Amino acid sequence: MSIEVRNLTKTYPSTSGSSEPFVALDDVSLSLPTGQLTALLGPSGGGKSTLLRIIAGLDTATTGSVEIEGVDATSLPPQRRNVGFVFQHYAVFKHMTVAKNVAFGMEIRKRPKAEVRRRTQELLELVHLGQFADRMPSQLSGGQRQRMALARALAVEPSVLLLDEPFGALDAKVRKELRDWLRRLHDEVHVTTVFVTHDQEEAMEVADEIVVVNQGRVEQVGSPDQLYDEPANDFVMGFLGDVTRLGQVRLRPHDIDVAVQPGAAGAHAGVVTRMLRVGFEVRLEVEPDGGGGAVSVVLTRSHAHALDLELGSRVWLTASIGAVTIPAMAAV
Amino acid sequence: MVELNRPLRWAVRLLVLGYVFLLVAWPTLAMVRQAFAGGVGKVTALFGQQEVQHAFLLTGQVAVQAVLINLVFGVTISLLLVRYEFPGKRVLSALIDLPMSVSPVVVGLALLLVYGPRTGWFGPTLEHWGVQIIYSGTGMIMATAFVALPLVVREVVPVLHEIGDDQEQAARSLGANFPQTFWRITLPSIKWAVVYGVVLSLARCLGEFGAVKVVSGNVIGQTQTATLLVESQYHAFAQQSAYAISFVLALVSVACIVVVSLLRPKEGH
Amino acid sequence: MTSALVDTLARPALRRRASRTNLTPGSSLALGISVTWFSLLVLIPLAAIVATAAGGGWSTYWATISSGETFAAVRMTVEQAALVTLVNVVMGTLIAWVLVRDRFAGKRLLDIVIDIPFALPTIVAGLVLLGLYGPTSPVGVHWAYTRMAVPLALAFVTLPFVVRTVQPVLGELDHDVEEAAASLGAGRLTILRRIVLPSLLPAITAGAALSFARAIAEYGSLVLLSSNKPFQSEVASVRVMTYIENGSTAAAASVASLLLVVSLVVIVLLDTLSRKAARRG
Repeated sequence: MSIEVRNLTKTYPSTSGSSEPFVALDDVSLSLPTGQLTALLGPSGGGKSTLLRIIAGLDTATTGSVEIEGVDATSLPPQRRNVGFVFQHYAVFKHMTVAKNVAFGMEIRKRPKAEVRRRTQELLELVHLGQFADRMPSQLSGGQRQRMALARALAVEPSVLLLDEPFGALDAKVRKELRDWLRRLHDEVHVTTVFVTHDQEEAMEVADEIVVVNQGRVEQVGSPDQLYDEPANDFVMGFLGDVTRLGQVRLRPHDIDVAVQPGAAGAHAGVVTRMLRVGFEVRLEVEPDGGGGAVSVVLTRSHAHALDLELGSRVWLTASIGAVTIPAMAAV
Repeated sequence: MVELNRPLRWAVRLLVLGYVFLLVAWPTLAMVRQAFAGGVGKVTALFGQQEVQHAFLLTGQVAVQAVLINLVFGVTISLLLVRYEFPGKRVLSALIDLPMSVSPVVVGLALLLVYGPRTGWFGPTLEHWGVQIIYSGTGMIMATAFVALPLVVREVVPVLHEIGDDQEQAARSLGANFPQTFWRITLPSIKWAVVYGVVLSLARCLGEFGAVKVVSGNVIGQTQTATLLVESQYHAFAQQSAYAISFVLALVSVACIVVVSLLRPKEGH
Repeated sequence: MTSALVDTLARPALRRRASRTNLTPGSSLALGISVTWFSLLVLIPLAAIVATAAGGGWSTYWATISSGETFAAVRMTVEQAALVTLVNVVMGTLIAWVLVRDRFAGKRLLDIVIDIPFALPTIVAGLVLLGLYGPTSPVGVHWAYTRMAVPLALAFVTLPFVVRTVQPVLGELDHDVEEAAASLGAGRLTILRRIVLPSLLPAITAGAALSFARAIAEYGSLVLLSSNKPFQSEVASVRVMTYIENGSTAAAASVASLLLVVSLVVIVLLDTLSRKAARRG
């Protein structure tokens, strides 16, 4: 195991009024194998960044321990943990050139000058910034700055690479490019990598394994497919995609079969109350006869066309075969 | 954006220019004229006098030492106030500004009451150990450091807030320890704020009068600074030389301010 | 079971200690040295003033403060400082307005001239004013040594305060808000009165507080310009100096303690104002 986190708890003193301290992490234990690309996924304020910062030593846990590559790092200062950290807002050294930024960690470690120069150039090539070595960070775009920050973190040959919402400050198109690029880079460099994101699509696309963190707790750990197909609970299911309720179960809107005639056993009859076409899909809202709230249904445009659906159509809904369903909670 | 109509805009502009001209610009020009009323030769001759040379040398020495102390103290306390949490931080932060609004005479008196050789709280003990503070260079440096204390802090604190601690954290995650982070990352980022603070402090220190007057004893050729010399020359009916010395003091301090105001906008971009 | 109980009992204390400070051993040492120096230089000496003033008991204190010439000096200082602050509120705001919103050749020069009173040594400031308003005045205005000397000197040394606090706030004022007000039918005066002025008010107050504190404390510029006659033109700082020169440090401390109170009030006011401004964003 590359990173071993045991019983981490982090509390902050309450800020407004209440005497209860704010619990950012609540008894979190986690082990991450060497060479894997892991995503910490969860909503903002759920504690995932705090967890990452504690692993890096930038924050200290209230209780619990952190082990990196078999060494107890709990009380080590960040500079002695040999981790690479990439910040959401890049944290570039504004007064240094791109090359100086990348060389910083190696200069601190007093590596020979020639080696520093060679390796800096290598890394800049790796992140496609070879021709920008002598520029100042202010002359780079956001995406370029983040690639420079990544090269800077990799330069010290860290045992683990930690990225805190690395693409969060970038616009959608650049974010997608960098996402693919991070995956390819990881396949090349193979350093144990953990990145924090609140974007489930990003996590599903890039990570080998996803850790879902919510309200200071780990909700589920698994591969993207596992999480999607076998969500451990309501929260994970809801966070990884849209969820609707049909009768006594909760399921994904595209896992509902629509028929325009009764027949299937246990079908729920209802009336189409809203219809919205978005690109290739059609989103329906169906008001079931027995009440209990509208059901969302997603089907392809051609399918909807074949069924000749329109507002007010009577439909019969069933869960498709093989659909992921979990029992609906009584309160919902 | 609200635009005033033409007559009103002119009226406000003239009122403002008139007020500033009569209160500051014209008197300053009049002072310069007075300083050179006897010709340039008389001014240069004045600076040949040993008494004048000594006063300026002493002023320079006191100011430079006070600025150095405030530089180290100011940068340290700014870092502590911005980057760390500790009980009493808010009180300390408010108290740091106190010296700006305390009368220089009160500053002098306060130091006299604690470090005065016969009646001060610590004075007699210190004298017993052979340390004299009041009526010596040490007291003058302390008085000067007191009045200029907040200037570096005031410049550095907002900049430290603005740059945040991202870069420092990045440096630490890359293996830099505290001194390395400070010298390579923090100091270069606050460099200009420190320069402004130092220049403003220097201007303030060179011109300190009231506090130094109380603690120096004003002994000619020993503890008489340039500003004290202005007063004694004026009272000794050597008004010409009082104006000339003032001119040099004004030149240096206005130069400090001009340097800062010329540098500042460039830094903003 | 027992260990869990111990754990829950021990935790809150740990948490509280961990949360209130993040000082490292090195930074604790730096804080210790800094606070010691600050105490030796500023806090203990200022405490000595209060202690000395209180040392003779309340009746002695009151006798010193209410003695004819001291009382007259304090009263005049407060009156003149208030008057000059009022002038600064009006003129300072207008100057800031001109610097931010007006456009003319030489504005940059005006900007620098505003700082001259900050830069000049106070004794030089007095001499500068003597140059134009003294006995050798080229325009024949002889205000030195008259009732006009004190307000003139105070107006000179406090000129930049309101300007420099209002100027940045006015510069960063959101123009959209004014345009929105105009689009809602507000006239120029209404916008100034209901939109612009209220947003400047905290800055004006802060500038006024600084200007008042400085005026109360002024000494150097009055030494040469004012006649400093008791009951007529003697301000509090000059009174303190006279007491010091006469060797009556206790009396000096009594008057000084009054000045200190004003400084403290200003500091607290400014702290409150800046916190309020920060909260409003």
